[in-house]
Amino acid sequence: MDTKQRIGPKAGAPQKIGLKHGSGGRAMRQLIEEVFLTLASPVDGIGLAALDDGAALRVGDRWLVLTTDSHVVHPIFFPGGDIGRISVSGTVNDLAMMGATEPLGLTCAVILEEGFPREDLERVVRSMRDTAREAGAPIVTGDTKVMGKGQVDGIVINTAGVALTDRVVTDAGLRAGDVVIVTGCIGDHGMAVMARRHDLRLEGDLRSDVAPVNGLIRAVLAAGGEDVVAMKDPTRGGVAGVLHELAAKGKVGIVVDEPALPVNDEVRAAGEMIGIDPLLVANEGKAVIGVRARAADRVLAALRAHPQGLRAAIIARAVAERPGAVILDTGFGKRMLAEPEGELLPRIC
Amino acid sequence: MCLGVPGKILAIDGLTATVDFFGVKKELRLDIVDEPVTVGDYVLNHVGFAISRIPPEEVQETLALFDQVLELSGAKEDLMAADVRGEIAAGQDVREPSAKAKA
Amino acid sequence: MAAQDLFEQLKFRDPTRARALAAALERNVQAMGREVSVMHVCGSHEQAIARFGLRAVLPQGLNLIMGPGCPVCVTDGPEVDEAVALALQGVRVCTYGDMLRLPGTARSLADAQADGGKVEIVYSVSQAVELARQHPAEQVVFLASGFETTAVATAAVILSGVPENFSVLSVHKYVPAAMELVAASPETKIEGYLAAGHAAIITGWAIFEPFAARTHAPVAVAGFEPLDILAALVKVTELMKEGRPEVANVYPRCVTREGNLPAQRSLWKVFRLRDGRWRGIADVAGGNLDLTPAYAHLDARSRFTIDTAAVRNDDAEEEAKGCICGSIMLGLARPTDCALFGKVCVPESPVGSCMVSSEGQCRIWHTYGGLPDLRKVG
Repeated sequence: MDTKQRIGPKAGAPQKIGLKHGSGGRAMRQLIEEVFLTLASPVDGIGLAALDDGAALRVGDRWLVLTTDSHVVHPIFFPGGDIGRISVSGTVNDLAMMGATEPLGLTCAVILEEGFPREDLERVVRSMRDTAREAGAPIVTGDTKVMGKGQVDGIVINTAGVALTDRVVTDAGLRAGDVVIVTGCIGDHGMAVMARRHDLRLEGDLRSDVAPVNGLIRAVLAAGGEDVVAMKDPTRGGVAGVLHELAAKGKVGIVVDEPALPVNDEVRAAGEMIGIDPLLVANEGKAVIGVRARAADRVLAALRAHPQGLRAAIIARAVAERPGAVILDTGFGKRMLAEPEGELLPRIC
Repeated sequence: MCLGVPGKILAIDGLTATVDFFGVKKELRLDIVDEPVTVGDYVLNHVGFAISRIPPEEVQETLALFDQVLELSGAKEDLMAADVRGEIAAGQDVREPSAKAKA
Repeated sequence: MAAQDLFEQLKFRDPTRARALAAALERNVQAMGREVSVMHVCGSHEQAIARFGLRAVLPQGLNLIMGPGCPVCVTDGPEVDEAVALALQGVRVCTYGDMLRLPGTARSLADAQADGGKVEIVYSVSQAVELARQHPAEQVVFLASGFETTAVATAAVILSGVPENFSVLSVHKYVPAAMELVAASPETKIEGYLAAGHAAIITGWAIFEPFAARTHAPVAVAGFEPLDILAALVKVTELMKEGRPEVANVYPRCVTREGNLPAQRSLWKVFRLRDGRWRGIADVAGGNLDLTPAYAHLDARSRFTIDTAAVRNDDAEEEAKGCICGSIMLGLARPTDCALFGKVCVPESPVGSCMVSSEGQCRIWHTYGGLPDLRKVG
């Protein structure tokens, strides 16, 4: 290939990992498929190749659900939460998305940078303890490492979680005719973090929604049972990312009713100002649930009766046309909803 | 160029205003806007500067303009939804006579 | 009025009125009895059109074409090379976010950043000035991109005083020059124009009168909400139908006849027009805004010897790769006409500038799905 003819970054497989590879969008998915999937091997259950929120391994007549996450969020203390709360909630929620709402135990492995203030560490750990208590999820084992100044950014936390369940809910169960429900307002966490991190000088009541939602999901499963056919939590990549996964894995098209999306006024305003759609940013206390149409009202009622589900709404339906595509009905006309790309950059103003 | 969002001035300190964009606050520079602005005014933001003041009565006037555009293009009564008719009846300002000539 | 109601009001997004306006538009276009083309010259208009799915409600006989309305897209390779060279020379380069990934003839500022250059994204030119104040020992250069509306902000900051270590590398562009170019092109069959509302806030709408008279094409000044755009289209097609090459101000809540005179004075005190090369479009008479001699001391091109030899690629030819951004920007082709669109040329690895910027038509179409006929879906 004559590189002299080329303008800009090389097309094809990148040689260096960029920030986009961790953003939860298409670039990350491609990296996982091209590199990490080589680790997969057959298991009796749902393994790496499924790329679901966790793994589910058959143990007797039940399923052992297993998940792991590393947390590198910065700033580590943000409105509405901190890295401790996010690590526990993230793992509890991943288990819940697979249908396992009673965690048996969580691990907590911490890598600290030399010079990290002890007071901050204690604050983070207190937050982990409180969140674990809220979720009913004991932290049962851990690990501690310290790296030299500059070798790691402050603190990195890895949590893994394990739970048993009788029924696994995957992210591949959506079929034409099903509806999609979101458990509350979208974009809170991502917009809160983005507005601060990029020094946009936006002040407002933008707070992360970080919370464990296993109790909420327990109510959903009690109300919907086998009619709850797909679940996923819209973290990096946002609701848009999750809808694309549900559409692709279920081989259905998804039509989103944009006016029906629950969005807080401040999140909406911040999104308009920095040119970033709340559909594309992370949520840390929400779930996207695929439900058979006949159970939609039941599940919605159960959600709205729960303090964490007050703003739950039906936001989309699955259709047979255009499998894999996510279409947004804006109220004026329909357009495609893009798959999140990589690192989101706020627009010129 | 950008999709400027209108915001409401909460406070002014010299050439800087604190502007509320429906719950999100931002500081804007007032160097460019060409008329005096006060707390409570709506302004349009472009790259951190207020570039225009939007008088609140303009909201109704703009809606009236849209409806007038509809009228002039020969829109018949039966094509307009009842609530649009209601809005017009509810008291729009009368616009400049030059725009009144029918097609 | 509840906060949410006012929000909706100020945003002019009422679907009922939108439908009525769309029906009126249909009638105007049908009355002309042929296919007609209207051009807009604003990335933000294209954003709004795509984001709200407005093309789905436009009548079949109306081609709504985007012209050269993306200032990032028309920033030429060698101009970016200058910024890249400065960043690698040890200068702290501040830029609006959209310019970060725009390739020069070989590299972008993002590449320079990955190679150790100091590049900062700012959301306002005042932030760049603040950075200069915070780092008095460093040279800070602001890459001033955008059309004349954005140039007014640069001018305002310069006139209010900047520290000695601050300078400006201007790549500002002047959009009326582009409209002239499009109108003069023999292949152009544009019968009406939408003018960008925000630019008109500054320039006023009177400047379009000679243009409309000369080109025999009416101009409607449009805001950026869905109703603004639809109403402007109704107005301009009505004028087209009646053969009246006039200027209609459909954004009276912000735009006046004369515009913002103090802002114009500031602009022309600090900047002057010169002929320039627009990426993909070649020469545009009076298309670039440079600092006037009075402000040469703040001009990065005067302050520094910018050596782009190490960062440029003299053989770079986007056209050779099959990129048709130039034709797209002139409204002569659509992104979907390009063989590279969505295949080789995607946002993660753009070939042409229209795919880099969030105001670029290719990027917008890629993000919002182009022109699929979704009417029958769902």
